[in-house]
Amino acid sequence: MPSEPERKAHPTGADDGTEALARARAAVAAVVDPEIPILTLEDLGILRGVAHQDGEIVVELTPTYIGCPATFAIRLAVEAALAAAGLPKARVVTRLSPPWSTDAITEAGRRKLKAFGIAPPAHATGPGALFCDPEVACPRCGSTNTRKLSEFGSTACKAQWRCEACREPFDYFKCI
Amino acid sequence: MSMGSAHLSTSADSSASLGPAPHAPAAAVFGYLLSLGDDALVLGHRLSEWSGRGPTLEEDIALSNLALDLIGQARLCYAYAGEVEGEGRDEDALAYLRDEHAYRNLLLLEQPNGDFAMTMARHLLYAAFLDPYFKALAASADPRLAEIGAKAAKEMAYHLRHAAEWVIRLGDGTEESRTRTAAALDELWMYTGEMFEMDASETLLAAQGIAVDRGSLRPVWEATLARVLAEATLARPADRWMQCGGRAGRHSEHLGRLLAEMQVLHRAHPGASW
Repeated sequence: MPSEPERKAHPTGADDGTEALARARAAVAAVVDPEIPILTLEDLGILRGVAHQDGEIVVELTPTYIGCPATFAIRLAVEAALAAAGLPKARVVTRLSPPWSTDAITEAGRRKLKAFGIAPPAHATGPGALFCDPEVACPRCGSTNTRKLSEFGSTACKAQWRCEACREPFDYFKCI
Repeated sequence: MSMGSAHLSTSADSSASLGPAPHAPAAAVFGYLLSLGDDALVLGHRLSEWSGRGPTLEEDIALSNLALDLIGQARLCYAYAGEVEGEGRDEDALAYLRDEHAYRNLLLLEQPNGDFAMTMARHLLYAAFLDPYFKALAASADPRLAEIGAKAAKEMAYHLRHAAEWVIRLGDGTEESRTRTAAALDELWMYTGEMFEMDASETLLAAQGIAVDRGSLRPVWEATLARVLAEATLARPADRWMQCGGRAGRHSEHLGRLLAEMQVLHRAHPGASW
């Protein structure tokens, strides 16, 4: 099928967008979070959609935290991935609603986090709970004899915890 | 705010289909958005002043995280304000190119950080208000404000938790930490009344279901404070004369100094990009 790569490299613009859309989806699906590079945007649950509208690709993203500095880097990475896939006519839009939740992290994403040494979020806690800590299993030894060191960590989405069983400090991807 | 020419806008293209509710006077919505944005930016800047100076590494990181949330809130409000105003001002123009008399933030939020007890007391007093405020804003008749409220409410929950935990630890701590925390609450109390005040245009927006009726949140605020202060073994300061004027641009001298530091780079290199 010699014509296939040729067509990918030089889109004719005459197709109905189906092929471009498939290529865009594949390109965006491969983009990873700059701060947790084991997670794709889909794993993280911040990819809200990829569509073909009026001859251009429109990618919808939602931010994790309101002030997350990675948001801009992610947007650039998506634009770069689309350009590299031969789709320069692309636009990234931000959707705030409904607000992102750690429940949007996929099962695959949760497994990758754990394998990477980051405890995945316990499932959603009620909003506004004034004093409560979730039960968090150590990503290394699995013990739930763990302790929160600080609710705030190296990125907005992580907290610092320590396992009292194996004494390993670890990041916990906190619920929001 | 943007870095150089790379505008980190999350707005202009974000919810293009969402705009102010019909019949809402644009000037009132613009002013309201500035109030929300200025509150967030000024407190966010204050917290960022702790970066590299926190009492412990964990707390240094915590305060920077909290600052980032607030600056994120400010950016959403300013970007929307610029669209509503329709005169081409973006979030940078609104943050960096307005002088103190044009800032509408609450006086509480421009107060200097003082010691750590003062910073945490200020944060408790405000987060106990802002947490229910954003929850209520999530039901705004203006869809853009509603989504900002829904997003920010999730984050304010842990702002409140963090400040409450510290006030409890400090109040129910050593004689020194207790004395300082009680003094901080006492000093800041006169700025709390302004949180519940609304001018005529905000009252109008509240009547239209766009803004939140600030006064309606007082019972929740009082209940949260009562719970936290009881656990901290601290007394609620007695009500007294309340300072106001921030919303009308009448500020303490502290805001001018804060803005000077925050705005100097942008103003020294107008239009610079990198």
